Amino acid sequence: MKTENQKAWFFVLPVLLLVAFNALIPMMTVVNYSVQETFGDNVFFWQGLDWFEQILRSDRFHAALGRQFLFTFLILVIEVPLGIAIALSMPRKGIWVPVCLVLMALPMLIPWNVVGAMWNIFTLPDIGLLGYFLNHVMGIDYDMTQDPLAAWITIVTMDVWHWTSLVVLLSYAGLVSIPDAYYQAAKIDGASNWAVFRFIQLPKMKTVLTIAILLRFMDSFNIYTEPFVMTGGGPGNSTTLLSIDLVKIALGQFDLGPAAAMSLIYFAITLLVSWLFYTLMTKDDLN
Amino acid sequence: MAKITLSKLRHSYYPNPKSADDYALKEIDLDWTDGGAYALLGPSGCGKSTLLNIISGLLVPSEGRILFDGQDVTELPPDKRNIAQVFQFPVIYDTMTVYDNLAFPLRNRGRDEATVRERVTAIAEMLELSDLLDRKAAHLSPDNKQKISMGRGLVRQDVNVVMFDEPLTVIDPHLKWKLRSKLKELHQRVRATMIYVTHDQTEALTFADQVVVMQEGEVVQIGTPVELFDRPAHTFVGHFIGSPGMNILPAEVSDGVAHFAGQAIPLEGPITAVAGTRTEIGIRPEFVSLGQSGLPATVTKVSDVGRHTVVECEVAGSRVNAIVNGPGPNRGAMVFLDFRRDQTRLYADGWIASTAGESAT
Repeated sequence: MKTENQKAWFFVLPVLLLVAFNALIPMMTVVNYSVQETFGDNVFFWQGLDWFEQILRSDRFHAALGRQFLFTFLILVIEVPLGIAIALSMPRKGIWVPVCLVLMALPMLIPWNVVGAMWNIFTLPDIGLLGYFLNHVMGIDYDMTQDPLAAWITIVTMDVWHWTSLVVLLSYAGLVSIPDAYYQAAKIDGASNWAVFRFIQLPKMKTVLTIAILLRFMDSFNIYTEPFVMTGGGPGNSTTLLSIDLVKIALGQFDLGPAAAMSLIYFAITLLVSWLFYTLMTKDDLN
Repeated sequence: MAKITLSKLRHSYYPNPKSADDYALKEIDLDWTDGGAYALLGPSGCGKSTLLNIISGLLVPSEGRILFDGQDVTELPPDKRNIAQVFQFPVIYDTMTVYDNLAFPLRNRGRDEATVRERVTAIAEMLELSDLLDRKAAHLSPDNKQKISMGRGLVRQDVNVVMFDEPLTVIDPHLKWKLRSKLKELHQRVRATMIYVTHDQTEALTFADQVVVMQEGEVVQIGTPVELFDRPAHTFVGHFIGSPGMNILPAEVSDGVAHFAGQAIPLEGPITAVAGTRTEIGIRPEFVSLGQSGLPATVTKVSDVGRHTVVECEVAGSRVNAIVNGPGPNRGAMVFLDFRRDQTRLYADGWIASTAGESAT
């Protein structure tokens, strides 16, 4: 005979509290701000969906969103093929494996603002190693504080340097899990190197690559620290990505309502793209 | 299809092998005739996969040559040797359909689509894969996947040899039997030279016309399944083939007579010059009977395996198995063992040392 009681609730309480304080309450605070106007002193006025409408219609938001998509697109287009190529050329056996793995992991171990500061100094035209070399040895006019193109090249290069390793390590994990028999069978079947890549390596890497792309998408779409440290969004607004713009609105102008509405839209876009991508990539595996 | 000759083949995984123990394959000289069905049988680690990889070209031997129809292929890579190999675990191309999987080896060699279609449909029909041709290969059952692997091996008509590296390891027991007979049937239909590597004697004996038994990198005997069973050339073969294997009993030889447990044991025929120091008597359990006279023994274990009963006895510290029909004696019973004379052989240092005498039929 089982006696019914409500003790089980105590066991889920810790995780419930964690999720509440970690995600739900902060999120609902933002929702609260996004539909009201405040002038301080905890006095709020109901605004409805005005802020959302304002953000969605604003050119400033469109521009930042465009820059954000461009940035994410560029780094994905560079990092994914590059990461796969590096993973393919890494040794699968022998003493060089740990050396390569550690070298690959190094950039990811550096704190984000340090990466920003490093690249900032690295590219300074007068004292930075790269900046000085380009300007004074190669004779190329390169200054990311003046030239938007130089600023873009710098932040994209910085991100590639910082995060390609993630794609490399995940792809490599996929590659080493392929049994030797597959390569031997392909050899006997007369498959070309391209066919081996296309029909063996790429399919076996698909799952980890999906995760890698998803992580890189979310991370780059939410990127803040490095461009903030390096360019602060400039020159002009040329590298003002979504999160930088958001902070400017929220903390610079102290427009809490529009900033809250923008955060929610931002969040919805990230969620939507991630969901679409993941669903498309895994729909074959279901049946 | 081709005749395969292995000449003075040796292989070591060490760069500078010093003693004979450093060799995974000790000197091997073999001829495999065109269109034959061969099995390479031996326990794990005996060098059979090494030998297979040398024939397929995945491995270059340290010494010796491999000839296909008299032509030296020792240095050629696998794709230049025109061979096919089926691996232990099914290798399939996940993203392709079953049809594309089977067509892959042909398309890589630039065959036109009409030929591809004809060959693929023929092979699919032989392997009973016709209904699955349009399906993605990724979600099939292991036995169907292994059938695809086999199909890719058989789809090219001009291959010199098709090799199977323990292909039934991952298959469920009830499907093993089916696939095994399928393979035998396939061999009879396509008449390609086939080499089947396995550590399972049933698989080897059912598939092959000729079985090559290997132990520790050496070929110990080549023969038909019947020969291997009837007259093992080495105690290893006797012990490895058969269930249970041959009884190997320590013997002393004096004046041309073998003695075991203090009794003279009549052999099949005269003993050849005994050079070895270790002499043993070999007799299969099938030819040991329980009677009223003979070697006194104690029954230690009786197992009913369905068709017959295996009686395990102890004689002077040695274990002797006997196979009897019907119910066996009780455990602990005292019995007398009788060895059928024409099946009682002498081995010296492992190798057969008695000749079939007049008593043999």
